[in-house]
Amino acid sequence: MASKKIGQATRKFTNPPIIIGTGTVVGPMEGRGPLAGDFDVVLPDLTCGEKTAEKGERKFLEQAAQIAIERSGISKDIVDYYIAGDLLNQIISASFSARQLAIPFLGVYGACSTCAMGTALGGMIIDGGFADYVLVACSSHYQTAERQFRYPIELNVQHKPTSQYTVTGAGSLVLASSGNGARVTWATTGKVIDLGIKDPCNLGAAMAPAAADTLLRHVADTGQDPDTYDLILTGDLGRVGSELFRELAKDAGLDVGNNHNDCGLMIFDCKTQRVGAGGSGCACPAVVTFGHVLREMERGKLNKILLIATGALLSPLSSQQGETIPGIGHAIVIEW
Amino acid sequence: MDYIIAFLIGGLICGLGQLILDLTTLTPGHMLVMFTVLGAIAGGFGVYQPFLEFAKAGALVPVTGFGASIAKGSLLEAERSGIIGLFTGAFEFTGQGLAVAVFFSAIFALFFSPRS
Repeated sequence: MASKKIGQATRKFTNPPIIIGTGTVVGPMEGRGPLAGDFDVVLPDLTCGEKTAEKGERKFLEQAAQIAIERSGISKDIVDYYIAGDLLNQIISASFSARQLAIPFLGVYGACSTCAMGTALGGMIIDGGFADYVLVACSSHYQTAERQFRYPIELNVQHKPTSQYTVTGAGSLVLASSGNGARVTWATTGKVIDLGIKDPCNLGAAMAPAAADTLLRHVADTGQDPDTYDLILTGDLGRVGSELFRELAKDAGLDVGNNHNDCGLMIFDCKTQRVGAGGSGCACPAVVTFGHVLREMERGKLNKILLIATGALLSPLSSQQGETIPGIGHAIVIEW
Repeated sequence: MDYIIAFLIGGLICGLGQLILDLTTLTPGHMLVMFTVLGAIAGGFGVYQPFLEFAKAGALVPVTGFGASIAKGSLLEAERSGIIGLFTGAFEFTGQGLAVAVFFSAIFALFFSPRS
C-alpha cells in the first residue's frame, strides 16, 4: 500500500524536499513589470546575444539553472537529476541546455504547468529515496512561443483582447533531501480537462476548468480549507481565465476570492504594459513562484501557498485540424 | 472632398476587418482571402467599378480592390481571347504589384537574415 498516497491524485511528502536554491532570468518586458526586483537577472534584449531567439532561450534556461546551483552552494556534479521542459517542438530548449549541464536528464512536457509538474516529480524522486539533489527548470520566450503556436513575429499579426503575452524567462530550483529553506509538502497531479474551447487566442478560458478541478480534488483529498493558504496561486490563467476559475470554484462551494492571485496578472502591470489578458508561458508561474513568492516567504510575508500551474496541451497541428484545447493543472504546496 | 471620402470608405472596410478579427475566431489569413474573393465577386458583377469611382483610393487600396482587379483583368482578356483569357488575364492589372513584391522580397532576403 502506498503510504504517501492521499486520495487518487494527492501525495503527501513524508520527508518533504527542501528548496535550497533558486535561479530566475527574465526578459526586458518582465524587467519593467512590478516584480522586477525579485528576479536574479533581467536581460537587456530578447536574444541574449545569440543569433536566434531559440538559441537565446536555451542560453538563459541554462543560466537560470547555473544560478540555482550556485545559490544552493553545491557542486553541479552531485546533482542527481535535471528535470526540465519548455514550449518548443521536442522540448529543444530543455534538452539542449541539458547537453551543456551534463546532469542525468529527464525531459518533461506539461506546457505552462511544467514548473509544478517538475517540482512534484523531483519531490517524489527525493522522498522516494532515489536522489539527494534534483534540479528543476523550465523556460519560455515570447518570440519562440509566438512562432511555435501562432504566427512569426515578423508577420506582425494583431493580438486579441483575450490573448496573453508569453513571458520571456526561465525559472529553476534545486530540491534537496536535507537543508534549509521552503519545503514542498503536498502535490496534486492534474487530470486533463477539455470543455470544448477551440480558440488558441483564449487559453485562459481553456485552462480554467482544469485549475478548478485540481483545486477541488486537492481540497477533497487533503481536507484542507482553502483559507489555510496565504496564497492560492494559479499559473497563467490571465484576466479571463482567473475570473472563470473563481466562478467555477464558487459554483462548487469554494470561495477563493480573498487569497487567489494569478502569476499572469502579477508579472506585468496589465494597465500600462500592453499584454492583453496577462502573461503566460512556462516561465510565467516559474519566475513568479521561484523568484517573487519564495522571496516573500523568506521575508516572512507568506507561510503556506498552493501553486496550481496550468497548461494548455494543444499543438499547432491540433488547432489547425479544428480540435478543442485540453487543459491541465498541477498543484504543489510550499510551506516555509 | 475625394480625400475625405477615400479616408472614410477605406476606414470603413478596415473597421469591418477589425470587427471580424475581434469578434470571430477567423485568422488574418482567412480574412485576407475572404476580402479578396468578395472584391473579385463584386468586380465580376460590375459593382466594384462604380464603388471605385466613388471612393477612389478608399476602395482601391484595401485588398478588395486587388480582388476586383483580378476579376477585371480576367473578364477583359476573356473578351479578347476567349475562355483561356479568364486565366491569362488574372494578373493583367495585378501583375505589376505582385512582381514588385516578389522582386523586393528577394532583394531584402539577400541582405537581411529572415530568422530572428
